[in-house]
Order: sequence, then C-alpha cells, then structure tokens
Amino acid sequence: MNFLLTGVNHKSAPVNVRERFAIPEKRLPEAVQRFAEHPGIEEALIVSTCNRVEFVARTTNGTADLHGFLAEYFQMSRTEFENYLYDYREDEAIRHIFRVASSLDSMVVGEPQILGQVKEAYAVARAVGAVHSQLDALFTRSFAVAKKVRNETAIGTSAVSVASVAVDLAKKIFGSLAGRHVYMVGAGKMIELAARHLLAHGAGSIFVANRTHERARALAAKFNGQAIRFEELYDTVDKADIVITSTGAPHAIFRREHGEKFLKQRRNRPMFFIDIAVPRDVDPAMNELDGIFVYDIDDLQQVVSANLADRSQEARRAQQLIDEEVERFTARLQTLDVVPTIVSLQEQLETIRQAEIDRVRGRLGNLTPEQEMAVEALSRGIINKIMHTPITTLKTAARQSEAASVVDLIRRIFNLRDSRAAAACDSKSDQGADS
Amino acid sequence: MPLLWLRVAVVFYAVGLLYALALLHRRSEYFSREIILPCVGLGMVFHFVSLVEAAMLEHLSLASVHHSESLFAFLIMFGFMVVRVKYKTTSPGIFIFPLVFLLTFASAIAQRPPELNSPVLRSGWVFAHIALIFTGYAALFLSFVASLLYLVQANNLKSKLKNPTDGGFFSRLPALEVIDEIGYRALVLGFPFMTLGLVTGAVLAQQKFGSMYFVDPKVTLSLLMWVVYVVLLYTRWNSGWRGRRAAYLATVAFLTAIGAWAANYFSGVHRFIAP
Repeated sequence: MNFLLTGVNHKSAPVNVRERFAIPEKRLPEAVQRFAEHPGIEEALIVSTCNRVEFVARTTNGTADLHGFLAEYFQMSRTEFENYLYDYREDEAIRHIFRVASSLDSMVVGEPQILGQVKEAYAVARAVGAVHSQLDALFTRSFAVAKKVRNETAIGTSAVSVASVAVDLAKKIFGSLAGRHVYMVGAGKMIELAARHLLAHGAGSIFVANRTHERARALAAKFNGQAIRFEELYDTVDKADIVITSTGAPHAIFRREHGEKFLKQRRNRPMFFIDIAVPRDVDPAMNELDGIFVYDIDDLQQVVSANLADRSQEARRAQQLIDEEVERFTARLQTLDVVPTIVSLQEQLETIRQAEIDRVRGRLGNLTPEQEMAVEALSRGIINKIMHTPITTLKTAARQSEAASVVDLIRRIFNLRDSRAAAACDSKSDQGADS
Repeated sequence: MPLLWLRVAVVFYAVGLLYALALLHRRSEYFSREIILPCVGLGMVFHFVSLVEAAMLEHLSLASVHHSESLFAFLIMFGFMVVRVKYKTTSPGIFIFPLVFLLTFASAIAQRPPELNSPVLRSGWVFAHIALIFTGYAALFLSFVASLLYLVQANNLKSKLKNPTDGGFFSRLPALEVIDEIGYRALVLGFPFMTLGLVTGAVLAQQKFGSMYFVDPKVTLSLLMWVVYVVLLYTRWNSGWRGRRAAYLATVAFLTAIGAWAANYFSGVHRFIAP
C-alpha cells in the first residue's frame, strides 16, 4: 500500500499556524504536481481548506520525506512546524481520509462542506495526473464511505454548523435579527451558507462585496441583496450589523483603525464580525474594541465543542462504520497487489502439470533420464507460454486503476479462488450496491 | 400590622436572594420559572399590603428611613417585574434580589420608626417629592444593573469560551442589545421623575428656608447626581455611549445617588427629627 499522510488541522494547530500552510485554489495544481515529483513519491494529493491541510502520498517503497517537502515548499524550517503536524501511514492514513471525507474530523462534526472540498482536491490531483491507481481507489472509496456514514448515522442531520453557531451568537448580540443588515465580503460557499442561515432567522437586507464584481452581483441576485464594488467596501461596511468575511486576501482587510471608524459612524452600535477566512480577514485586535465582536473560525469551533459531546454517540457509530470500511478497503487493496495472483497462477499451473505428468507416467514405461528431462521441459514450456500473457497483463494492469478487475478476471478464468480473492469479490459486490 | 406583612415579604424575598446566589452555578431555568417568580411575586403582594396599611394607619411618613427603604425596594421590584414581563428575563435579579432583600430586611427588623414632628412633612407636596425621587432612584438603579449585565455579557462574548446555547447563566442573559435597551429605557423613564422630584424639593425648601438651602450637602449631592444623570443621557443621545464607558458613568451616578441619600445624616434641610 505504502500510504503516507501528514497534515495540520484545527485540533493540531492554531489558526495562525494553519494559515501559513493554506494553499490558495489557484496554486493548488502546481503544488500537487511538485508534491508528486518529490523523491520516493508515486502518487500525491493535497486537501487544503480553512480548517485543514492534508498531504497524502503513495510512496514507492514505504518511506518518503513528506516533512522535507513541506519545509521546501513553504520555506520554513522543520522545527517551526513539526510540532503541529500529525503523521499517519497505511491503515491509519486510510482511516484518517475516511474520517475527513465523512466529516468526523471536522471542526463542526457532520458539516457537509468538507466532502465537496475533498472531491475538489481529488479532481485537481487527477487533472494534473498526480493520482492514478491506488490513491484513486482510496479517494473514490472515501466518497462512498462518506455517503454511507451520512445515510446510516445521524451525524449530518443535526443543524449544528459554523453557520448556525454564527446565528446563535448574532442573536446573543442583537436579540432579534429582524431588520439587521448582513454584509458579505467574499463570495464563497461557506459565506453563502452562513448568509442563508442568517436570512432564515429573519435578518434584513444583504450586501455583497467581492473582488470580482460579477460574482458579487450573482450572489446578491440570489439573496435579493445589493452588490457593492470592492473599492467602496470601507465606506459602506459601517451600515452592516453583521459582517461575514471570507476572502483569499493574504493579510487582514479589517484592522483596528477601521473598527474605530465604523464605531464612530455607527454611533457605537455594536457590530459582529464573523471571519471564516484562513488566513484571517479581520485583525484580532479589533475584538478589543468596545462594541465590536470578532469571531474567527477557531473561536466558532470552541463554541461548538460543547455540541460535539451531544453527538459523540452518533460519532462512535460512524467511527465503527469507518473501521469496517478501512478493513474492507485494505483487503481489497491487497488484491490490487498483483504479485500474489501471479504466484498463485504459477502454483496452480504447476499443480496441473504435475498431476498430468503423474497421470501419464505409467503409460510411458521406463524412460531414460534424457527422455525424462524432455518431458519436463515440454510441459514446463507449455505452461510458461500459457502464463506469459496473463502475467504481462497483470503487470501492466497494476500500474492502472483497472487492476482490481483484471486480477479478478484472471483469478476467475484460472479458478484461483483463495481467501483474498473472496475478499475481492465481496468488496466488488459491495461497491455495486453503493453506486 | 404593616411590619408583619413586611416581614412575610422578606421571607419570600429571601428565596429570591438564594436564587441570585445559585444563579451563577446552576442551570436554573426551571427553578426560576416554577419557584422564584411565584415567591417574589407573593413577596411583592405582601410588601404592597404593608405599604398601603402603613400609609393608611400611620400616614406613611416617607421621610422615615425605614419606610423609604421599603418603598424604594418595592419600586425596584416593580421595575424588575416590568422588565420580566416585557423582556422575558430574570437576569437583573442577580443584582436586584440581594439589594431588595437587604432593604426590606433592614426595614422589617427596625424598631418603630421615630416619630417625626416636623409639620412640613404632613404636606402632600413632600409626599410627592419623595415618591418622585424614589421612582427616579429605582430607575437609576435598574439602569445601573443593566449596565453591569451589559459588561458581563460583552465580556462573555469577547472571551469566546462559552456556548451561547448551553443553558448556563450566559445563555440565559438577554441579548446585548436587549440589555442595552432595558438600561436606556429605565434611564429615560426615570429622568422626568427625578427632575420633577428635585424641582418639588427645591420649591418646598425655598418656601421654608429661603435661598440658603443651596449650601446644604444633600442638596449639592442631589444636584451633582442630576448633572451626572444628564451627562449619561447626553452621551447616549449624542454619541451612543454604551458598554464600558456608560457603565462607568452609571456607576458614578448611582454612587452620588447613594451619597445624596446618605447625606440625610449631615443635612440641615433634611433633618426633621428634633434633637
């Protein structure tokens, strides 16, 4: 298998560390490509969201210096970040990916965005050719597992999400949300979700500002809101009671002095900033101002941690499901490994050869050692010729994602039924049921 | 009899006091709805009966410290109930219950109030003066409590450690803007009472003492308090002060109010008891 995984998430590292690892969407393809070209790495994939960055690799021989890649790519020294990283290999890496895709490892357990984000990461890695065989199988499987977890446990049904926590907090500040103005800075998925929640709880008008004005307009139209040019941002934000920001800006776009200005213009009426961007859009120093409340993504996590406890039972069930899936998947991966099949093919044909020789041995009468040798050579030659094509086919298949079906086919043709083959069939039929 | 009713009221208020003490630690929603509100409600009824009886039997002499304490406590409780009905929150109780308990308790254990012999006290104007001032005080106190709660709530929100829906004290504090509104409304409603109270007081004193009454410490402190009150309202209207700055101002206003009240003991104008 040779899977290796390293990464940071909201549990292992604070937001100021995570934001240094975040890879913007635009640069992701190039990053994955470089990662795949790192020595010892066969396949590679990077998942980068605001809560986590995961580096997943399949190595040639089980070891590769992933931290070395990080040090090189982010130009940091290892000592700077190694305390914040977690490392998984083989089964553990598979489990981690299943957990991530199923949203069990999320800041808000059960939130639905993460699956889409993993799928996007997979699409990017596939597009640049960094993922082709086993990692491909692993991620495809993780999507099916996520779906299964969602369907069979209540983990996704509870309304707890970053967005609803944001609504709870907004209500703690403003009481009723009726007539409150919501300002969206950026136009991402998360921000849209948060705005939808706020509107559902009675928030009044919506303003949208985005660097590409077209997207702002599209989003504003969706919510019956008003699109505002990004250049006018600072002159208009003070109209808003609730500001949700999620831009890709590398530095804070709202700083303390902005906050002071807003408060003055608002005659000290309170403002609530929900900052779901990594790196952060709002300078934490803003929170020190009387009347401005800033929650970044980590703060929201702290708030939901209590809700996590309520859902631990469902989380346990989901975990169980994932454990089963990990077992199945590793069993299936072993069948992807063509060597055992080749060996058992050889054994099988050898047994047939031996049996046939034994059968005709009596009728041949006494043979000279030379004749004996000739019979051996003849029978061996035949089976070797027969085996040649299947074995080369297997070896080429091993480098492609179709390996599983080829292995299965050959095992069936030659009747190579052993325990591994049984596992392979099992996981095949299971996959059929899912899709 | 009035003293008896008052003592009964004190017992009920004591339950409220216990609640205020328990409030910080427990999830006390049920406790509050099923026990506390009926208790303090009954307490108010007895309290009211006691006040009415005192007024009828003894010509409620508000200038007596004990009666005024009792009236003040009742007005605060009244404010609490108004807030409770309008904003569905009992959170101000955490500061209000202890004070009300102390005031009624002090009033209830008192000896018979000293006989006041100044004829000026028999006038209805004096009664109006005192009732108006106390209503103003109660409103000021309520506003002060609201600004304390505002600080607590703002601090909770800033520290980010607490879950807004976990059922604890934080989650049951009203929203920041609601607390702000309570404080502001109390302030605005109290202002005319306070002003009229001071004006009637000034008119009465003018009649009795001439213009000399101005140098009296009680009068000066009352005036100072009124000025702080105006500043509070002005900063609010003009620049929307709230939160920490407003809380500091409200504290100053409340302290001068206490000072003005305590000044009875140094005041010539207000010392009606013959030595």
